[in-house]
Amino acid sequence: MIHKKSSKLLTIFSFIIFIFLFFPLFLIVITSFGKNSSIQIPPVGFSFKWYVNIFHQPMFIAGFRMSLIIALLSSVLALVIGIPAVYGLIRSKVHHYSWFQSFFLSPTLIPEIVIGFSIYQALVIKLHIPMFFGLLCGHLMLGLPYVIRLVTSGILLLDQNIEEAAQIYGCSKLESFMKIILPNISINIIGAFMMCFINSFNNIPISLFLNNSEIHMLPTAILNYLQNNYDPTVSAISVILMIFTTIVTFIIDRFTNIANTK
Amino acid sequence: MKKRTLLLCTVPTVFSILFIIFYPLFSIILPTLSHNYEFRGYIDFINNGYDINIILRTLLISFITTLITLMLGFPISLWIARRKTSIKKLLMLLVLFPMLTNAVVRNFSWIIILGKNGLINKLLMDFHVIDHPLNLLYTNFSIIIGLIYLFLPIMIISLVGIIGELNFEIEDAAYILGANRFKTLFKVIIPQLSTGILTGCVLVFAGSMTAYTTPEILGGNQHLVLSTLIYQQATTLGNWNNATIISAILIFLSIVSTTLMKLIMNQIDRRKTA
Repeated sequence: MIHKKSSKLLTIFSFIIFIFLFFPLFLIVITSFGKNSSIQIPPVGFSFKWYVNIFHQPMFIAGFRMSLIIALLSSVLALVIGIPAVYGLIRSKVHHYSWFQSFFLSPTLIPEIVIGFSIYQALVIKLHIPMFFGLLCGHLMLGLPYVIRLVTSGILLLDQNIEEAAQIYGCSKLESFMKIILPNISINIIGAFMMCFINSFNNIPISLFLNNSEIHMLPTAILNYLQNNYDPTVSAISVILMIFTTIVTFIIDRFTNIANTK
Repeated sequence: MKKRTLLLCTVPTVFSILFIIFYPLFSIILPTLSHNYEFRGYIDFINNGYDINIILRTLLISFITTLITLMLGFPISLWIARRKTSIKKLLMLLVLFPMLTNAVVRNFSWIIILGKNGLINKLLMDFHVIDHPLNLLYTNFSIIIGLIYLFLPIMIISLVGIIGELNFEIEDAAYILGANRFKTLFKVIIPQLSTGILTGCVLVFAGSMTAYTTPEILGGNQHLVLSTLIYQQATTLGNWNNATIISAILIFLSIVSTTLMKLIMNQIDRRKTA
């Protein structure tokens, strides 16, 4: 094979890239245990006090709760409206199918910060929609494209005959959808849910305009804290978020084929 | 099921997109077009030298980011795609991990590296390469580094998928027929991957153009891009009209640039099948 010769160089290069990807995250981990009140390299001493400090920041605690609620609600909502839409679109064999598909994916074309800004101006200020609902709407638009993409690929792979067989044996349309379609695309549904959840939980640009004294999200709270302080608390909360990401990565890996390229 | 019932299933989604995306956009952008659609605000914006600089900076930063991400991502994707399935899966998980990590966390790590008391300055001072710390943070350079770090995993994931579908034997054939390694790479491998490469580039370019967190954390107030300018105009200066005009320009630029890249992609595809 010809790649044998060049493969040594390529291997070294690839290792350097992996170091580039992980070294910054590693730095965060070691700085989070430092004793001094500013971030130092190498860190001096060893303490857990910055981890304790997280719990003394009410913005972080409230932000975490709100991020969790919004991420869960928006992901579930995206699935509840997205799955029937994809199913209806594919099975109705409508003309101009691709137009509908592009329309469904159109939220991805609009910059997230603009989505947040326009929701704030048009819905929250002009139509007096509650802030919480505006925030939920914005995060719904973040997740919906993932649901559309992943569920579309799931339903397209499904054999339509199973559904017809169920109906011949007396299932109603709704029953066959619930008992045949949903269980067969459950892997896609869980995958889509995780992608919605993690993207909503991490998102900043959409939530940027959509907050007030009662409603704010964790990433924006960290961003605000970072602009006023430079102490290892940010490192500590970053480590906690990374542990969270590790868990989500494994779940996503189990249920989607994003990392799984045959 | 009847066609009408099936189409009814799509109504909630269609309505949500109209209500959450299209209605707000039209309702804020229409007033900025002003009397008789003369685009006064837009013309003023473009005539303003400071603002046109920000547009150019945004485009330039996105372009450089895309180029470097491709140059770093291509070799490693080639390498990953040719590992054994089990190793490949593990490597892809490693690539996926930074992508799912919070953007604040990822950008914050570069403050630790590039800051005045950061890793690079400390190393250079310890080895007496420099006497005074370099200004690495809050520059165009730091924004580009942050964006590369942010988007490299996306590029790798788009490339590995398409490289996996390549037929190795074609390369061997090219080699046997006398093409050297570079000729094989540029004349045989890359042309087959053109659509995958462009897909990755579209994702990275559009992402860089509209990214907010990285230029906010690593760019500071001196190096605004369009997205940070929107926020500054709307909140610090309270000028919503300007913020809306910039939003419209950002949407326009990102749609035009990605459409252009997709058109090129289709052109290449057509040539391949013809």
